[in-house]
Amino acid sequence: MSDLMKVTIDGITVEVAPGTSILNAARQIGGDIVPPAMCYYSKLEGSGGKCRTCIVKVTKGSEKDPRPMPKLVASCRTTVMDGMEVQNITSPEVLEARNGVVEMLLINHPLDCPICDQAGECDLQNLGYENGLQRTRYEFERRTFERIDIGDKIQLHMNRCILCYRCVFTADQITNKRVHGILNRGDHSEISTYIQTAVDNDFSGNVIDVCPVGALTDRTFRFKNRVWFTKPVDAHRDCNHEKCNGKVTLWYKGADVLRVTARKDQFGEVEEFICNECRFEKKATADWTIEHPTHIPDTSVISSNHYETFKPLPVIKENLALQEANKVELEKTSKF
Amino acid sequence: MGRKLLLEHINVPGINTLEVYRQKGGYRAVEKALKTLTPDEVVEEVKKSGLRGRGGAGFPTGMKWSFLAKPEGVARYLVCNADESEPGTFKDRYLMTYIPHALIEGMIVSSFALGANTSYIYVRGEMMPQIRILEKAIAEAKAAGFLGKNILGTGYDLELYVQPGGGAYICGEETALLESLEGKRGNPRIKPPFPAIAGLYGCPTVVNNVESIAAVVPIINDGGDEYAKVGIGRSTGTKLISASGNLVKPGVYEIELGLPVEEFIYSDEYCGGIANGKRLKATVAGGSSVPILPANLTLKYANGEPRLMSYESLSEGGFATGTMMGSGGFIAFDEDQCIVRNTWNFARFYHHESCGQCSPCREGTGWLEKVLHRLEYGHGKMSDIDLLVDVSKKIEGNTICPLGDAAAWPVASAIRHFRDEFEWHVKEPVKSLSSNYGLANYAVPIERKVEEVKQDNL
Repeated sequence: MSDLMKVTIDGITVEVAPGTSILNAARQIGGDIVPPAMCYYSKLEGSGGKCRTCIVKVTKGSEKDPRPMPKLVASCRTTVMDGMEVQNITSPEVLEARNGVVEMLLINHPLDCPICDQAGECDLQNLGYENGLQRTRYEFERRTFERIDIGDKIQLHMNRCILCYRCVFTADQITNKRVHGILNRGDHSEISTYIQTAVDNDFSGNVIDVCPVGALTDRTFRFKNRVWFTKPVDAHRDCNHEKCNGKVTLWYKGADVLRVTARKDQFGEVEEFICNECRFEKKATADWTIEHPTHIPDTSVISSNHYETFKPLPVIKENLALQEANKVELEKTSKF
Repeated sequence: MGRKLLLEHINVPGINTLEVYRQKGGYRAVEKALKTLTPDEVVEEVKKSGLRGRGGAGFPTGMKWSFLAKPEGVARYLVCNADESEPGTFKDRYLMTYIPHALIEGMIVSSFALGANTSYIYVRGEMMPQIRILEKAIAEAKAAGFLGKNILGTGYDLELYVQPGGGAYICGEETALLESLEGKRGNPRIKPPFPAIAGLYGCPTVVNNVESIAAVVPIINDGGDEYAKVGIGRSTGTKLISASGNLVKPGVYEIELGLPVEEFIYSDEYCGGIANGKRLKATVAGGSSVPILPANLTLKYANGEPRLMSYESLSEGGFATGTMMGSGGFIAFDEDQCIVRNTWNFARFYHHESCGQCSPCREGTGWLEKVLHRLEYGHGKMSDIDLLVDVSKKIEGNTICPLGDAAAWPVASAIRHFRDEFEWHVKEPVKSLSSNYGLANYAVPIERKVEEVKQDNL
């Protein structure tokens, strides 16, 4: 008898360690069946369960207790049981509920992607693209807040926030001084720092990386460029900070380093948090040892003008009108 | 006259003092439980009584107690949920104001049963007078030796604390209550783990409603079997109903479960009928978060059988034609009331009280409120009605805590039963601002359907 637990997600069986969440089990399988996660962050203790985009249907509780769970559950906070059977993309009920959640997330979002620095690497954009409606049914004024500068390097743009609490957990877990949290409740709640004091910590810049949307952005990169015009390159340096190992991604435009971020894995989570010195101060190629170009999945808009992808976008493949309109371009790509 | 177990001595002058309460047989249950019973026997009595949680969900209390984890060397807690803030419910406030010792006696017995040496009563912040009353009563009980170290010489210690909340509705949800009690922001926790495993300060905790805890006293006094004889079926005992709205005699009534709804509304012993000679249009049977029902379905099932005040009977017919017992906040609407306005009012409440933690509830409640506001003030569209149904469906069941469901059900049920009235608001935007839709056919009595008996030809 092994200690591993067998769980079947959308018909694919995987064996995982006890205590693994359904989401992490799905990530071990990978591919399309991984539920999207807007608030769960594997590096942050206590995160998850809030955005409800990762909901799945448990059709069989476990080998011992085969009853299905009565409601859809948040896969990021539900641990697997031996013999559990889960439906994600094979269940129309899940997809409908997820579309509903995405719609809810978007009704008060300003949809200012054309002027948002996060556009192109925004989880909400991806999610809306995959699960959203083409239009909005919400005909009321969206809620608005004033922009707040958290220190001289980070800007909080509360209009765009989806209240995932990731930055709150980050700020809580990297410092012992609790100055970053939520004010008010309901749909008028907002992220705030204690009477607008700057979060003063060597690692505070990481809230930018964990933010799934453009609510927390890098002021040193503000309006400098669109991310898909920049080229990401992995690099490292000898960082003096004890907790930072200096492994980063540099985003180049021509010969200039426009910004520095932590390296992100395939699920958009940073591999290791980096210090503010690496992030904000070191913006010359001379500071870094370049490793190699960052691998960007070919589904990302960032890779669309750069590396290996000359394939037509999926949306063009399905639509005859778009194929007609992109005829010249498609002919070009067929040469490669 | 129905049997009274909790409010038997409510009209005795000075029942809020320990002295009078003792004269009327108070603290008998403490003496009986602590001196003659073991904690497990108390739990067994409560199980036998069939007592179901009086806070809204109706989960059997004895069962909840037996789920409590009992690891060695870890403190256990009993927390009394007195954060009563549902629109239409005011029974706990009444109980705490007039017989605070009933709650304290129940707390002592329940804490003994669960092995808790520290217990809390979490009272809603707005109820400042009740907090003072409870603190005074606790001081009295302590002076008489019912609280503190070595109660009645049995070696059992119990400290009882009253904790005022900040006045948020969400803190009535048990895990949000525990967060708030710990001094954090009152956000519901993600379950599992349930409080019975890891609750207050990470220790096993039971959270019970005021009325459930007070009901333990008659159970111990008379025995669980005796208590189970009151009531009907799986709904045993008596229940406090806070009746409000267009009634002749609104107020808190103790009923035996199984009382016909019609009798409760119209008999002189209880509400005494609809005020000012009007006719009943609709009721909300268990506090704002349960589905609203038109008059005819309130009194009878869809098949014509009379509806009773019990957990099973009120929910007969599911969501299509039934409602729920909830926390016993019975609101009656007469023919002059506007259901659209009422639904908007409820939606406004849930919008204001949503904690903002999970997205469907945070965004959806605000959306519902705005669409309902538009309908009520004559700017609505026909498509808004289906939009409301769709939005409420997207909230329901997808949230961390039941507040999302509680926000969605009143809207969905109002549209299910009163769709004509919503449509009238769209068609007559000007008229609907100055007059009401009226009773329409919402009170047409439902005929008892006679089942056709197949008769063989003789």
